[in-house]
Amino acid sequence: MVDKIATRDAYGKALLILGAENPNVVVLDADLSKSTKTADFGKKYPDRFFNMGIAEANLLGTAAGLAAAGKIPFASTFAIFAVGRAFEQIRNSIAYPKLNVKIAATHSGITVGEDGGSHQAIEDVAIMRAVPNMVVLVPADGEETRQVILAAAKYDGPVYIRMGRLAVPLLFGEDYHFEIGKANVLKEGTDVAIMANGLMVSMAMEAAVELATEGISVSVVNVASVKPLDVETIVRIAKQTKAVVTAEEHNIIGGLGSAIAEVLGEKQPTPMVRVGLKDTFGESGRPQELLEKFGLTKAGLVKAVHEVLAKKLG
Amino acid sequence: MTNIALKRIANTLRQDIISMLVTSKSGHPGGSLSAAEILATLFFREMRVNPKDPQWVERDRFVLSKGHAAPVLYAALAEKGYFPKEELQGLRQTGRMLQGHPDMRKTPGVDMSTGSLGQGLSAANGMALAAKLDGKDYQVYALLGDGEMAEGQVWEAAMASAHYKLDNVTAVIDYNGLQIDGTTDSVMSSAPLTEKWRAFCWNVIEVDGHDVDALIKAFAEARQVKGKPSIIIAKTVKGKGVSFMENQAGWHGNAPSVEQGEQALKELREEALTLG
Repeated sequence: MVDKIATRDAYGKALLILGAENPNVVVLDADLSKSTKTADFGKKYPDRFFNMGIAEANLLGTAAGLAAAGKIPFASTFAIFAVGRAFEQIRNSIAYPKLNVKIAATHSGITVGEDGGSHQAIEDVAIMRAVPNMVVLVPADGEETRQVILAAAKYDGPVYIRMGRLAVPLLFGEDYHFEIGKANVLKEGTDVAIMANGLMVSMAMEAAVELATEGISVSVVNVASVKPLDVETIVRIAKQTKAVVTAEEHNIIGGLGSAIAEVLGEKQPTPMVRVGLKDTFGESGRPQELLEKFGLTKAGLVKAVHEVLAKKLG
Repeated sequence: MTNIALKRIANTLRQDIISMLVTSKSGHPGGSLSAAEILATLFFREMRVNPKDPQWVERDRFVLSKGHAAPVLYAALAEKGYFPKEELQGLRQTGRMLQGHPDMRKTPGVDMSTGSLGQGLSAANGMALAAKLDGKDYQVYALLGDGEMAEGQVWEAAMASAHYKLDNVTAVIDYNGLQIDGTTDSVMSSAPLTEKWRAFCWNVIEVDGHDVDALIKAFAEARQVKGKPSIIIAKTVKGKGVSFMENQAGWHGNAPSVEQGEQALKELREEALTLG
């Protein structure tokens, strides 16, 4: 049995590290601190924790003011409310003046589950990626989340961090190294590459094992840094494999798949298949069942690899 | 600084507003002119700032939530010495530092980038929270428009200022009664403003926003009131000081022509003479 932890839980723990390390780190939430896991920081550092109530525009706007006065605010709520409700506050009060705010959003994607499509952000990466000055990070597991949060705190400028509700397998140990702007090649292969982030990374690793039994050699690239994107690594792996599958718990429009298609289209035209939500909203259900329903599974990735290989050879 | 000197500065700010808008052929005169005494009183009497060190950590902060009134802020900053007055003629022009709406990354003295209405008070709250965390005594001022009261975020922020007892926040409403589409009462009535802000647990002070003596007293009261934020509801005249602009919604966002500019400057210079 693989150990599992939700990235939001790892976030809550990472905040405690930051709280001890850096007195300028402050945390804001919008009445979801038990779910976003900022509540532990709030208990340990009550003076540096601000519950803003159910008021996301003010949550992000207040974070901007704290940053303008030298603080390092982590502002948390569900991804749909941060990016959806408060988009223009993020755009004009945070990104435009390049203020040092970390938008740490949890409950992204369909694995929100039972709450349904209204609460499942599937377009947040696309929206955040289009905003100048914004860094967009999507960690795959607990360890990467810890490193992402620490890296975001060190970086001076706005960062959007996309995390999930569902417990996901631990993939990395402390020897793993995350860096903003760098992709991590988890497995080198020659026939096809799966470039994934978030909870799709562990499925990509499983798919690679299964495909190996069919004699297909798969590269797996973890692209946690959607922006800035590691163009060099992506082009290198695409050159090596000549076929790319992208995988994300997000609409196939505008997210990781689009980002990689943009790069490859200009620098290294390569047959591609994008795995993600096919421009559709999610719905209520158990997270695992929803992943299966929408094809965000190992089996879905294996199928996509066969499709892209047919394109490559055809 | 004497009160008569503040009135002279307000007059100078108005002349600079007209002059820069004539050159830029674009910008918002009405709501800039209405706030001239408020800005003059803040920057030349009330606020602890140092134009030679715009990022001085102990400085009082000013957030122009009604960011379209950027010309009055730029005029005040230039008059205060943050940058040369000649720079005012670069307003809204490509490659120059005075953007159509305030940009903290381009213009020294601008503490927050604003322009999209409704967002400034939240930012002011954030700065005020930081001051309390750091044990600093700087004050944070935010100037809002009365049309801006229709933005929901203003009330989210208003609730939060009171909740966190941000007595280091002083908001000012430039209550000129007009917005782009007409009177504030006809477009979206925000009345009664005093009762609304009192109900949000703010200390509310009502003044004539063109009376510098009243403004000085109001800011002094705001500084003294502890445990809650203060708001100064400053009754003003949109387009104040230029006869053909006063109380005309049409002068919200249109620049005067060269001839209109000359007429406006003539009136303002005549007013300056009466100030001794």
